[in-house]
Amino acid sequence: MELLSFGNTGWGDELFIATLMTIAVSITAILIGFFFALIFTPLKLSNNKFLNFIANSYTTVIRGVPELLVIYLFFFGGSGAIMYVASIFGYYEYIEINAFITGSLAIGIISGAYSTEVFRGAIQSVDRGQFEACKALGFKKHIYFLKVIMPQMLRLAIPNLSNVWQITLKDTSLISVTGLVEIMRQSYVAAGSTRDPLFFYSVAALIYLMLTFLSMKLINRLELNYSRGF
Amino acid sequence: MDISLMATSLPKLLSAAVVTLKLLSLALFFGLIIGLVFAILRINKNPIINKFAYGYSYVFRGTPLLVQIFIIYFGLGQIEYFRTTFLWVIFKEPYWCAIIAFALNTGAYTSEILRSAFETIKPGIIEAGKSLGISNNIIFYKIQIPVAIRQSLPAYGNEIILMMKGTSLASTVTLMDITGVAKYIISTTFKPIEVFIVAGGIYLFMTFLIHNLIKYLERKYSF
Repeated sequence: MELLSFGNTGWGDELFIATLMTIAVSITAILIGFFFALIFTPLKLSNNKFLNFIANSYTTVIRGVPELLVIYLFFFGGSGAIMYVASIFGYYEYIEINAFITGSLAIGIISGAYSTEVFRGAIQSVDRGQFEACKALGFKKHIYFLKVIMPQMLRLAIPNLSNVWQITLKDTSLISVTGLVEIMRQSYVAAGSTRDPLFFYSVAALIYLMLTFLSMKLINRLELNYSRGF
Repeated sequence: MDISLMATSLPKLLSAAVVTLKLLSLALFFGLIIGLVFAILRINKNPIINKFAYGYSYVFRGTPLLVQIFIIYFGLGQIEYFRTTFLWVIFKEPYWCAIIAFALNTGAYTSEILRSAFETIKPGIIEAGKSLGISNNIIFYKIQIPVAIRQSLPAYGNEIILMMKGTSLASTVTLMDITGVAKYIISTTFKPIEVFIVAGGIYLFMTFLIHNLIKYLERKYSF
């Protein structure tokens, strides 16, 4: 227990900050994921074959390739890509991107592929009559989407989005390979310096369990909120 | 684009694919057994057995695979007593540690998949068996299990693909699977995109094969 105390002698405060870092990365990543889903879901549902192809390639590739490989791509390729873009604008200095940004972006793109599939499924399972009714009433496209389809879609999407959140939360542990100090990395450091890996990795497992447990509670409440009237 | 690097890294990555496939098949084999056992425990009426099986699947589904591997590989070796037992022969090898972690992880997911399959079996099938005078054991092994396997095929196919991606974590405990070799090539050549295309292509090809295999099985066992 002494190992977990706060202050200079224990790892409690470090692990607490690392937990906050994990939460921050997860939230950033899932928001980036939603942003990607916002772009790719319409492409998936569009009638244009080419746009379909782009969206399908995105979701297929990301869901078929290990997360760790994607993270390595971003970690090793990220600064190279930025420097390449910068060199076009005549900037040749070495640029290093922060591990938080690379990590959240990599996890976000992965989570976006899952979110896209969830949103596509949810929109497709909204009753067709609802779309037709909106058209018959002459609503503008963005209004009927926001006011009619979206609320119904969210109800259907939330259970699956909670899965995406769980996947995203657990995937953030992989960012530890890039050196970002989140739960896994901090446990690794603590385990290395105290030679007590069993204890610290078990603590890490407990923190993750707690995070998934709490977020499930929260999401269940959200689900109830959106299922009113059903 | 460095085409020649892609050409030279392809054979290296392909031979690493053998490691990935070995890890995957062994993990799935043990995982299926674990999953079946825990699914049967989950539908047990005894609340203690039931809760135990639920706890197992909750813990393994609620924590990242990376933590599980690290606990098994780095953590267990720390227990002095453990190192004197015969189990140490297995647990000192990163290869077997990875397989044990993967099997326990996929076992937890598989048990959930099979449990929900058991629960959605139409009671009429079981009643039909009973009315024909078939004993409970035979109903379970000859009727419930095959029907449950058929029903869980789509979800299990997804789990196989997730596990295949999970095997990439073996590279964190020094195993040279596709991801491990890819990382090695990237860190020596600093050409991440080319290596990613080749390694990702191999993974995608494997995903494609698994996907089609499951589709084929689904058609074959559909009723």
